[in-house]
Amino acid sequence: MSTLAELVLIAVGSAIVNNVVLSQFLGICPFLGVSKKTETAAGMGGAVIFVITISSFITGLIYKFILANPFLVKKGIDLTYLKTIVFILVIAALVQFVEMFLKKSMPSLYQSLGVYLPLITTNCAVLGVALNCVTYDYNLLEGVVYGFSTAFGFFIAIVLMAGIREKIEYNDIPKTFRGTAIVLITACLMSIAFMGFSGMI
Amino acid sequence: MNKYVERLYNGVIKENPTFVLMLGMCPTLAVTSSAINGLGMGLSTLVVLVFSNLLISLFRKVIPNGVRMPAYIVIVASLVTVVQFLMQAYLPSLSKALGVYIPLIVVNCIILGRAESYASKNGPIESIFDGIGMGLGFTMGLTIIGLIREILGAGTFFGLPFLSAIKGFTPITIFIMAPGAFLVLAFLVAGMNIIRKKMEAKGKPLAEPAGCLSGDCAHCGQSALCTGKSAGASDQEQA
Repeated sequence: MSTLAELVLIAVGSAIVNNVVLSQFLGICPFLGVSKKTETAAGMGGAVIFVITISSFITGLIYKFILANPFLVKKGIDLTYLKTIVFILVIAALVQFVEMFLKKSMPSLYQSLGVYLPLITTNCAVLGVALNCVTYDYNLLEGVVYGFSTAFGFFIAIVLMAGIREKIEYNDIPKTFRGTAIVLITACLMSIAFMGFSGMI
Repeated sequence: MNKYVERLYNGVIKENPTFVLMLGMCPTLAVTSSAINGLGMGLSTLVVLVFSNLLISLFRKVIPNGVRMPAYIVIVASLVTVVQFLMQAYLPSLSKALGVYIPLIVVNCIILGRAESYASKNGPIESIFDGIGMGLGFTMGLTIIGLIREILGAGTFFGLPFLSAIKGFTPITIFIMAPGAFLVLAFLVAGMNIIRKKMEAKGKPLAEPAGCLSGDCAHCGQSALCTGKSAGASDQEQA
């Protein structure tokens, strides 16, 4: 079993120090695309937290008990090479399922997250987290903590970015830099700021 | 122009995935810390793209329309797994440097984008050439960005001493770190804005950015990939 200290270390490390967007470049698409307003950014961030936390648990279960099942491995059947194919299909199905479930049983939550859910299937952060859990050899609990905190890091980054973009609207920016270019410059400065956390661990 | 040469020209210049369409931004930012890494990532994407275009084009009449996305994803994911194992066996150092970004080729929007918009509608030979063109365009984009970052950030040229051979030269290390990726891409987008304006004045407008950088999911040509619905369909559903 992992100690609480280890879990806290994983959480802080993946949420702030190795921020998923600003230092690992996963989930750049929604980060740049859906960060015009704080409300939509928070909605997207919430949906990502929801999906990544569930998917890291489910993919962890599938990896531990089906693909890398010790009983099968002992018999010479090692299915771990299928992880990329299995994970992406599980994530795609899971997102569809979560969408249907929310629509039926939690309409209010669906109202706020529903629009963003389908966009998450091709969000590389979800698959990235699932694959990293295997690479780092995390157990189920560590995997879920890692997934949640990575997604929380995404939430922090996208909400901060949306807040800054709302202010940028009123600034006098050179014509060629309007639009995506100034957003990338902002991302660069945020990334420098987040590098300051690297001494924490 | 020969239609095969036209496909190559289209992928490398006219609809260059990195500079014009601005697709596949995650690997573009993540692996371009050196020119070699950019080249390696570009070439692995090219291999996956060529074979996925070929297979999807061959199977285009067999795959039912309703389940085409999952079918494409299975094809692409299998190819990516093959490429990943080949790299682990024959190019272990590159495979280590690219890490998780190799399996993440599965969710690269260039590959599913070409499957959806080209390979599912055209014959196998044209699709192969489309894949080669787009793949070369992507490789070129990644290598150029990698080269800029490597020269400024480490002073080397494909790993060989270049600016660093000059006495008293101090590399700007931030360019090979995470913020440098955003900065180089920002100036690239700004540069493309100027070129775009000039071409428009000449009466030869460039293709619009197709991916997420345009920030407009509702009118994005690729939205079928993310949502499973074609552009504009979600509006009707809500109404």
